[in-house]
Amino acid sequence: MSKDLAIHHYDTLDAHADISCPDPHQDTFSKTVAGFWIYLMTDCLLFGTLFATYAVLHNETFGGPSSHELFTLSYAFIETMILLFSSVTSGLGILAALRNEKNQVVAWFSLAFVLGASFVAMELFEFSNMVQEGHSWRRSAFLSSFFTLVGTHGLHVSTGLLWMMVLMAQIFWQGITTITFRRIVVFGLFWHFLDVVWIFIFTFVYLLGVI
Amino acid sequence: MSTDLSLEEMQKRWHGTFKAYLIGFILCTLLTAASFSLVMAKILSGRLLIYTIISFGIVQAVVQLLCFLHIGQEAKPRWETLVFCCTLLVLLIVIIGSLWIMHDLNDRMMEM
Repeated sequence: MSKDLAIHHYDTLDAHADISCPDPHQDTFSKTVAGFWIYLMTDCLLFGTLFATYAVLHNETFGGPSSHELFTLSYAFIETMILLFSSVTSGLGILAALRNEKNQVVAWFSLAFVLGASFVAMELFEFSNMVQEGHSWRRSAFLSSFFTLVGTHGLHVSTGLLWMMVLMAQIFWQGITTITFRRIVVFGLFWHFLDVVWIFIFTFVYLLGVI
Repeated sequence: MSTDLSLEEMQKRWHGTFKAYLIGFILCTLLTAASFSLVMAKILSGRLLIYTIISFGIVQAVVQLLCFLHIGQEAKPRWETLVFCCTLLVLLIVIIGSLWIMHDLNDRMMEM
């Protein structure tokens, strides 16, 4: 059987198997991307449950501060724009990888890294201010769910930063190969996905919290 | 039945273009700025404001899913889009279900 005719219908019981449409997802690249995509979707479920928890608990302040008093919108706006910029610059890095321009990939990823790191720094600063004012996760159910939701996102971004560092070193030493390109694409998915999650955080937590 | 692609073939499989990133970036910036300024300047109020903000957020998520994550642009059969739709269904059940149940329980609690 030739490679082009690789058929995805292993189920021979299906009398109407459509053999005219071979599945193109038989190679390692497609399989890795699909597998990583499924991981991202399970991550999506994790964030979904945390959002549901926050939605249920956001009014349970137990006499502590409410979302109206805690959040500064201008600060959240800057965080949002920084993460958006980081997402786009990492995308431009992937576009440079399409043109096999190794140095440009590293340059765009470095920019995305600096932006991502500033995002994490801003979030940590915000958290430490809140804790120092006595508004830590121990204060109320609202604050517990807030720190869990936003903290889980921040933890993902931090892990992404670590991953980006390792990836940049690999690109730097090995260049754009089938292996590093696959990793670049998969990392891009992860980074863009985190920005999508942040849209919901700034909309439902920050903006609706202040209204 | 695993076959390996060459670098060129892999690069062809990826769907991102500069145009898509540019459009996505401009739309996301506009939507983010619109959401924040609506709330900060208090242009709208009440339920209308809440619904507007939520719809801006959803539109922005769709823009990013299409322009950055290339949903629905892969070759057929679209496994990734299928998994995404299943996840969306589970998410809606979990979130709407939790809110519904907890809201109902709150309603049934006696006033203290």
